[in-house]
Amino acid sequence: MIDENLLKQEEKAIYSLRSLYRKYGYLPFKMSKFEEYELYIRNKDFLVRDRVITFNDTNGKLMALKPDVTLSIIKNGEDTPGVKQKVYYNENVYRVSESTHQYKEIMQAGLECIGDIDLYDISEVISLAAESLAMISESFILEVSHLGVLSAMLEMVCPDKTFEQKAIRFIAKKNAHDLRRLCEEYGADAAAVDRLEAFVSTYGRRDEVIARLKEICPEEVTRELEELSAMLDNSPYSHRIHFDFSVVNDMNYYNHFVFRGFLDGVCDSVLSGGQYDKLMRKMGRSSGSIGFALYLDLLEQLPVTGVGYDVDVLLRYDESIPSQKVAAKVRELISQGFVVSAQKNVPEKLRYKLLMDMTKEGERC
Amino acid sequence: MLNVALPKGRLGEKVYAMFEAAGFECPSIKENNRKLIFENEEKGVRYFWVKPSDVSIYVERGAADIGVAGKDILLEYEPDIYELLDLGIGKCRMTVAGPKDFYDDGVRTLRVATKFTHIASDYYASIGREIDIIKLNGSIEIAPILGLSDVIVDIVETGTTLKENNLEVKTTILPISARLIANKASLKFKAEQMEAIMKSMKEQVKAYD
Repeated sequence: MIDENLLKQEEKAIYSLRSLYRKYGYLPFKMSKFEEYELYIRNKDFLVRDRVITFNDTNGKLMALKPDVTLSIIKNGEDTPGVKQKVYYNENVYRVSESTHQYKEIMQAGLECIGDIDLYDISEVISLAAESLAMISESFILEVSHLGVLSAMLEMVCPDKTFEQKAIRFIAKKNAHDLRRLCEEYGADAAAVDRLEAFVSTYGRRDEVIARLKEICPEEVTRELEELSAMLDNSPYSHRIHFDFSVVNDMNYYNHFVFRGFLDGVCDSVLSGGQYDKLMRKMGRSSGSIGFALYLDLLEQLPVTGVGYDVDVLLRYDESIPSQKVAAKVRELISQGFVVSAQKNVPEKLRYKLLMDMTKEGERC
Repeated sequence: MLNVALPKGRLGEKVYAMFEAAGFECPSIKENNRKLIFENEEKGVRYFWVKPSDVSIYVERGAADIGVAGKDILLEYEPDIYELLDLGIGKCRMTVAGPKDFYDDGVRTLRVATKFTHIASDYYASIGREIDIIKLNGSIEIAPILGLSDVIVDIVETGTTLKENNLEVKTTILPISARLIANKASLKFKAEQMEAIMKSMKEQVKAYD
């Protein structure tokens, strides 16, 4: 039997996430740690960091230690019309850490739904993202954005593609002041700029965001958001799924819905996902796809309640006590539910609740 | 409790005055002592002074929920934070400056001395000019005088230091001012308090204008 108290945060998470994904019919996807380097060269911009650990295989082929899982799943997945492939994984990926600028092994868990996806699949994946976060901590927020809506709003201000690229950088930072300056530089109409500013400053509860958007956008722009929101109303964590248009993944790969999850106590987002149909096209696939990844290494930042000691009982003995007697005492204490460490001397750094000294029979201190 | 990282120095004092006027005062901060952290439990704020270039690190890592940093620092280090408000104070310019008699004929690689290597590289890449970047940590103005570099990329407030050293601004790269920044996760979980601060600070910005 597994004692859950001995598992680390990320181990506990993997354990419960697997059972959650299995319930919804997602199958485990196992892959090699290595992948041909060419795959990453072709899709360099899709990677969070563009540096990859490479090595030559025995046949001379240039290989890489996987910096990403999604690309491998698409590459190895099926592409049959009308078929849906639902998989989950937990894998290590290798990336350069932003803080130390050195390579780091990162444990990732996630799922992908590839094929003829529809509104049901989108809401299922987003609900599962919320449930995944809830399994780690009750205090979480999942933010959902829609890149199509964002694009439409930006096009109304200025149809220029370079404007869109620059504006998205400010929107990701919730930087309304520089966004306004940019719009003015591009000679945008004042009323359209006001609408855009109102749009990017609107975030939080889904019903409130939709009500506000109805005042500033045409109905066809908000329809998909409304449909998804109605589906998410049935999720047990509906109140923790918000809309926020500052969630902007790379528009060359992602389209429609994108989302990001935060846990109280962790300074960065721990979950990231979205629909990446454009990546599928780039990789010669005709179907759609949606998925997410959880960065389990970040869970280390969650506060842990320390127990304050390493063992319950420190059992002290010396040469005069027969080994059989020590072994019997240890077994007896363990059977009573104690964690025991048998030692001849009291180790300096070992924290214990109770010292039981067999050299002074019956004495406890 | 909301942790607020303030930049040490003159700008930080101005910023605190704005927070105070916005209704988030902490009287103990004005006591002349060696304390580093100041708290007003009733208002739910805790202020601390840090080196200006470190504010964004405290905010990015979540040790501070919000903070105030110069746009120069945000562009140079590109921390993953929200930039909520232009406070309109600490105004200056990021410029290219050089000796009055220097003219860039574009024939050879331009030697650029700067503290802001990222901003300088981005700027010259945007105009397609090849440069040799020399990273310095202070007294940048001396570099072109001693022939270490052709020009410098640095912040200019009044231009007095440049003038005294026979240098002049050649190009303004971008205007700089202090920005109110926030940790991304904190904004989700302390939204109400942070929105309240942002709203009051917005009013302060208008009042300062």
